[in-house]
Amino acid sequence: MGLLDRLAPRKTEPDARPQGAASDSADDPVFATKALRKFLSCLTSHESPVLLDLGPVVGSNVSFFGEQLGCKIFVEDIFADIDRHVRDNKLEDLPAFLKRRLTISDGSVDGILCWDVIDYLDRAAAQELAAQLTRVLRPDGALLGFFGTAAPRETRYTKFIIVDEVNLKYRPYAALRGRQAILLNRDIIRLFPGLRVSDSFLLQNNLREILFRKPA
Amino acid sequence: MEKDIVNIGKSVVIKGELNGSEDLTIEGHVEGTIQLRDHVLTIGPNGRIKAQVFAKSVIVLGEVTGNVTASDKVDIRDNGSVDGDIIAPRVAIAEGAHFRGSVDMQRKGGAPQGAKPGPQAASQSQQQQSANAPQRVGA
Repeated sequence: MGLLDRLAPRKTEPDARPQGAASDSADDPVFATKALRKFLSCLTSHESPVLLDLGPVVGSNVSFFGEQLGCKIFVEDIFADIDRHVRDNKLEDLPAFLKRRLTISDGSVDGILCWDVIDYLDRAAAQELAAQLTRVLRPDGALLGFFGTAAPRETRYTKFIIVDEVNLKYRPYAALRGRQAILLNRDIIRLFPGLRVSDSFLLQNNLREILFRKPA
Repeated sequence: MEKDIVNIGKSVVIKGELNGSEDLTIEGHVEGTIQLRDHVLTIGPNGRIKAQVFAKSVIVLGEVTGNVTASDKVDIRDNGSVDGDIIAPRVAIAEGAHFRGSVDMQRKGGAPQGAKPGPQAASQSQQQQSANAPQRVGA
């Protein structure tokens, strides 16, 4: 266990905020991240890398990656897609939708910010998305995923806001669907058969950070 | 000395190519292409743009559908909306803004971090954008 983990606050604050409440960035709890720095170091070897962000757009993250990497970022908010399918009562169509969701060409992305979106998908949808992410990832590319390890309690999504290379702010926001399951390590690895686990960290806030690499 | 800023009012609809050599604020509707290569384009809260946009800086408080290329900065403010791809060395997106597309902040030719691209870099970026741009609307 690293020093930053010991210093990181436990994940208790987000529960106090009402759903959909306007957020003040000063209130957002800050947690340590160990995988982000490694994710960045995977990308710095590429000139003008291409990133795929599966979360809602966060302006400061876009600026951070732009300044750090001088990259191109595709923002594809999968959480919004999940909500739309819930709202339209078409969740059974989600796997097929995710299969054709990403129009990016094969092997064209250097890094993927998957965040914790897999936790909010059922198995079929998660498999389709994982297959598509593996498809678009370039050999030697990196995928950063977060996975919960504690029982889901609230129906919230989380915006992960980068403070710096080793700290993230967690900003919860209203969701129409909660976490679907707690995935074991082997379940996560099986979701991405075309990738290998480069690093895995279990943080004190019950989040597992996994950095995948696509074999060159 | 006060800078001249031209306004396109709420009731104005323009279809076609809009070129200028001074800062411009749009509160009306524009479809087509907007080029203010060395100046600031502001899309006001009432502005509705369906166009390819090229400017030095672009500030969005209204709605833009189309690709936006800036040689300096794109700034999407609270309640501003962009559906399209952005090419700029600096991009700011406010918390309440809507954005759907890609952001390209690639440093052409390995320019140092935070450096503004020179006219050549901007020109290259714009040429690349033009080559990829869909056909002009309503021109």
